Amino acid sequence: MPSSSKLSLKQAATFDEWKQHFAVALRKSPEDISIFRGEISVQIELEQLLSVLTRLKDETGGGFTQLSDITAVDYPTRTPRFDLIYQLLSVTLNQRIRLIVPIAENAVAPSVTSLFGCANWAEREIWDMFGIFFNDHGDLRRLLTDYGFEGHPLRKDFPLTGTVEVRYDDSERRVVYEPVQLTQEYRDFDYESPWEGAQTSMRQIDPTMITDVNSDDQLTDEGKND
Amino acid sequence: MTDPTIKPLTMNFGPQHPAAHGVLRLVLEMDGEVIERADPHIGLLHRGTEKLIEHKTYLQALPYFDRLDYVSPMNQEHAFALAIEKMLQVEVPRRAQFIRVLYCEIGRILNHLLNLTTFAIDVGAMTPLLWGFEEREHLMEFYERASGARLHAAYFRPGGVHQDLPDGLLADIDAWADRFPAFINDMEGLLTENRIFKQRTVDIGVVTLDEALDLGFTGPCIRASGLPWDLRKTQPYDVYDELEFDIPTGKTGDCYARYLVRVEEMRQSIKIIRQCIEMMPSGPVMAEDHKITPPRRDDMKTSMEALIHHFKLYTEGFHVPAGSTYTAVEAPKGEFGVFLVADGSNKPYRCKLRAPGFYFMASMDQLSRGHMLADSVAILGSLDVVFGEIDR
Repeated sequence: MPSSSKLSLKQAATFDEWKQHFAVALRKSPEDISIFRGEISVQIELEQLLSVLTRLKDETGGGFTQLSDITAVDYPTRTPRFDLIYQLLSVTLNQRIRLIVPIAENAVAPSVTSLFGCANWAEREIWDMFGIFFNDHGDLRRLLTDYGFEGHPLRKDFPLTGTVEVRYDDSERRVVYEPVQLTQEYRDFDYESPWEGAQTSMRQIDPTMITDVNSDDQLTDEGKND
Repeated sequence: MTDPTIKPLTMNFGPQHPAAHGVLRLVLEMDGEVIERADPHIGLLHRGTEKLIEHKTYLQALPYFDRLDYVSPMNQEHAFALAIEKMLQVEVPRRAQFIRVLYCEIGRILNHLLNLTTFAIDVGAMTPLLWGFEEREHLMEFYERASGARLHAAYFRPGGVHQDLPDGLLADIDAWADRFPAFINDMEGLLTENRIFKQRTVDIGVVTLDEALDLGFTGPCIRASGLPWDLRKTQPYDVYDELEFDIPTGKTGDCYARYLVRVEEMRQSIKIIRQCIEMMPSGPVMAEDHKITPPRRDDMKTSMEALIHHFKLYTEGFHVPAGSTYTAVEAPKGEFGVFLVADGSNKPYRCKLRAPGFYFMASMDQLSRGHMLADSVAILGSLDVVFGEIDR
């Protein structure tokens, strides 16, 4: 059980105090720590990744001993193209923190398997799904897709229908791969419209809460209906 | 003279194997009957759920969550609904919160019944499965009476639940909750002190607490290693903070401890179900903001605005303000998290599903090294893996 003194600190702690704590632990200024909907996230450089994770995992950094998840987000129109997302959890502080690491398409990320055992499959999945390469991983094979699969499915430029389909060929007596043939064009309806509905419900939300996300300016460039 | 060392034998376990709990191909390198390396090949059930969600509106994406861990579908809908509600800052009516918690706990018992009894059959005990599936049938009937579907419920919606419970259902669940502890005792009578069961599970697949944290273990698996970590207590959502229940923990971190923790969790779930039925308030089950939740059917017959709301909600859907959230719930298997990136449109920009079983499966190599072949079956059973959520 988390010790009671630390839990009471947590209950008393305001988000400003958390900002201070992480600013010291990560050697950043408190303005770099962003809080959105009660979740703490911080953007760091790729070169800092290993040192920041080491510090956070350490007792003085808060004891973030569990890496809940690693994932990536693809922004095709932005440079650098990807964000790597690290979700960390401290069971002693009962607190989560999210690290956002922008990374270019051809850049190589350092593997964190030496710090967190569970990063092994998480990084394999990112390599498989996004094609982001991890250095010093040791076993960076594809994880979820088929043997001999080509492409990285969760990239935004990968088609939803995929590129190949399989069927059992009676004459060859084996499963054969063929390019996808759609009997009907893929239907992608555009429901965006100048209807007031969603806009009014969004206006009820405090706008400062929305603008407080860091690095979300690239998110808003898709057609917003004003 | 040829080299006298013997090459390790490589053996395929699955993809079609009764103890593989779905479609798992486990490539084992064996030295005699001792496992030297286990390499799980997953992805045979990969359907690209995360990619599909990016192409659907928020409401259309919800049913995909039933199809992840199809043993406890509503628990995962809960995570997605909570994530959207957090982004939209919607207040969920109290009755809906109680209904959700009630059905989450039913889902937990559904899951544990399946896991414990199939675990038992993996190590040689058949009867618990036959008994347990009868109880599961009762629970799925409760699912059906509330949502209309036994498995793929699509019942939890952003803003509440889809419809109110029918008359008499709570009384029936209550009556079932009276009967069920006797079933747990019967099942425990078959397994807990059973000599064969203990020989197959005690000291098999031991995970220390440090290892468990390192491997990303959550849920019953980390509690079996001694850490009383349960998101229902530590980061409560809906009405869990008002309910009284205990968190069982194990001491040894082996397969047997994971079994014991799950058995006790079923008892605690019964406690929660009883409290939910007792405390269940009356009132609406869906938030009243019709920019997000659909209007009532009878309103649509008389109100033009309600009709427009209905039409727009089921075509365009609602828009979620730009931002991102990681929302996690204590699913029966462990921490099920949804990392949602919204760009202000009516579709999620990115939705990453953090499945607890993914990290259990990843630890298979470390856990089964040095064990006998038959022990790998016990370890796999005790980890509680379902490939719907691992492969996504």
